[in-house]
Amino acid sequence: MNYQEEFRNKKLAQGLIQRIVGLTRDLEPVKLMEVCGSHTMAICRYGIVQLLPENVQLLSGPGCPVCVTPGDYLDKAVALAKLPDVIVTTFGDMFKVPGSTSSLEKEKADGAAVEVVFSPVDSVTIARDNSDKRVVFLGIGFETTIPAVSVAIKEARDQGLGNYFVLCGHKTMPPALKALAEGGTRVNSFICPGHVSTIIGTRPYEFLARDYGIGCVITGFEPLDVLQGIYMLLVQIAHGRPAVENQYTRLVKAEGNKAGQALIREVFDAADVAWRGLGVIPGSGLRIREEFAAFDAERNIDFTPEPTVEKEGCICGELLQGIKTPQECPLFGIHCTPVGPVGPCMVSSEGCCAAAYKYMERPLGKKD
Amino acid sequence: MERKISLAHGSGGKLARDLIEEVLLPRLHNETLERLADAADLHLNGSRVLFTTDSFVVKPIEFPGGDIGKLAVCGTINDLAVSGGRPLWISCGLIIEEGFSLECLERIVESLARAAADGGVSVVCGDTKVVERGGADGLFINTAGIGIPIDDFTPGNIQPGDKVLVSGTIGDHEAAVFRAREDLGRKMDLDSDCAPLGGLVATMIPAAPSIRVMRDPTRGGLGAVLNELIERTGRSISIEEDAIPIKREVLGICDLVGFDPLYLASEGRLVCIAPAGEAQTLLAAMRAHPLGADAALIGEVTADPHERVYLRTPFGGSRIVSMPTGVQLPRIC
Amino acid sequence: MCLAVPMKIEALEGNKGVASFAGGQYDIRLDMIREPRIGEYVMVHAGMALDKLDEQEAQETLALLREIDELSRGIQE
Repeated sequence: MNYQEEFRNKKLAQGLIQRIVGLTRDLEPVKLMEVCGSHTMAICRYGIVQLLPENVQLLSGPGCPVCVTPGDYLDKAVALAKLPDVIVTTFGDMFKVPGSTSSLEKEKADGAAVEVVFSPVDSVTIARDNSDKRVVFLGIGFETTIPAVSVAIKEARDQGLGNYFVLCGHKTMPPALKALAEGGTRVNSFICPGHVSTIIGTRPYEFLARDYGIGCVITGFEPLDVLQGIYMLLVQIAHGRPAVENQYTRLVKAEGNKAGQALIREVFDAADVAWRGLGVIPGSGLRIREEFAAFDAERNIDFTPEPTVEKEGCICGELLQGIKTPQECPLFGIHCTPVGPVGPCMVSSEGCCAAAYKYMERPLGKKD
Repeated sequence: MERKISLAHGSGGKLARDLIEEVLLPRLHNETLERLADAADLHLNGSRVLFTTDSFVVKPIEFPGGDIGKLAVCGTINDLAVSGGRPLWISCGLIIEEGFSLECLERIVESLARAAADGGVSVVCGDTKVVERGGADGLFINTAGIGIPIDDFTPGNIQPGDKVLVSGTIGDHEAAVFRAREDLGRKMDLDSDCAPLGGLVATMIPAAPSIRVMRDPTRGGLGAVLNELIERTGRSISIEEDAIPIKREVLGICDLVGFDPLYLASEGRLVCIAPAGEAQTLLAAMRAHPLGADAALIGEVTADPHERVYLRTPFGGSRIVSMPTGVQLPRIC
Repeated sequence: MCLAVPMKIEALEGNKGVASFAGGQYDIRLDMIREPRIGEYVMVHAGMALDKLDEQEAQETLALLREIDELSRGIQE
């Protein structure tokens, strides 16, 4: 079984599109929100927006971990990078994100030690190989990624490393979805993130259908997955039956991955954290537990970030809640572009604005 | 705050263009330079001469399928070839870091010599400098090349209906080098596509006398080149994703680290725009040459005046292929 | 936020393994996988296997999609 090719089958995609067109013919306009940067990318990459009828609107929610990371986290990362004995290790996603006045990219151009890693465990290897330096890993990402960071911290402990730290910026999805639902979101349904759900299962979404009438389909990332997920949501809407369903059955189980959940609980506690544009959401973030406090960058490294300055005119918050679209932002494509981004939705490669700018039409007359 | 050069300024995308247009052109202005062609087309005593230069800083210095020496020769040969020239003479400047292995240098120079022989050029002058430890990352090479034109391309003449062709699989070079540099994975059968294209171009010209333009998709890849080709033309390009030849290994690396293969550099491939009437003959001629075996017709020029590159996905949807804005970074999202 | 690829387990070593994908072989962590076996497929994100891919479920999904395709042809005719 070729798990990629089979789910890219053109003929079956056409079948799904036909059914979607048929189903939506008599439907009121619907708004479906995806809450995963990888879904934003998949939808753009496969050109799905053009394939859907006009009364199905796809919105991007707060599913891009870079986009929802508040400015002060970036300023902390920059402050750490400026310390001469610190090596900042990070996923590539954060490298170009601007803080209030600088970014890791700029700091590296100024001579700071910043390294992009593919997996959190690689940053532990860097700590082991550079015992005279303090190595800080930027811990961002949702439940898909958090177990890998737990493993990294445990590895550092098992190897007796005293120079390895994590700057914890992790967030969890269900509380954010709850905040959106309670905030009176006008979306009909959520396209739920398939890989986050691999870890947390399908049950954490049940309250959305039960208490708010918002349908949820846990969806994979290949073209057939995305189309089938959308189709399943439309069937729910057509029958007026919001529910939690699993499209990604080949990977996601209702109970999720117990080992992954245990890894998260072992190293982290829930915390109230701020999401860029959404404010503080109770219990939506993580904090390193006392047992592993020695690996917490904030508790062990003396550093002073500059005061965080929010960019004027930036409406990323409204975009992340699906209230406005990129095209409705007055800065989009004119003052806020991938080369000179104002807000995180443009700087993250899978932020909704970057995706819209790079893959879809944007203000004409404006050269790249 | 003092402005600084970042790596993005060297990556062949928008910032690299800005650097050229804001720092270099205003100070070095002349008509020839302002054309920003791959090679300068000059007149010397009634004859035409093509002249080009390129510098090579690749890491790692040796990679699957080549090394900096082979790259330095092929890069300059190819700039001349895609300008419609027969490459003849190359200069070679070496900047070597103190402490560099002599054995490695010998291997590189042998490889450079072989590439020159394969490409039908002679290295006729050169220079060597050694800098202190830390002053250069091992070895940097600059080559300049002279050739004579064998055809006149007319990039400004691209017409709606003209076909877009590519000579083989895209992105092999950058994917192979990236894999080697980051030590990604244990083993993979993926070599750089680094190769001299003078011979291929020489067979293409008689097959399609009205070729509009050729480019080699180096930094910024196919995506950058297609955008460059339609600048200031009032035309657009539409390509079919399914038609673009890409190796499974290259797609795999892209899937793994989140790269878009359209922006990965090749060093032994060319992109070409030719009138529709000549496209099939041209394609056959390319496929008959060893370096064009996987040549494909990937799209066409359209009358859309917005100067955009559109990609039709296999599912009937479409998206824009923008000019890349910097170095692609591995991502997890 | 979920870039992941399906890999086939080729070798096992405690909670680590070597897996193949698109012509390459990669070192991966298997801390979240219960009883990994050589030949099984796992979805890998940031060097970590998230869970096993279930071939039976995959076939069932594809069968359902084929049914939908048949239905859509029925509608067209």
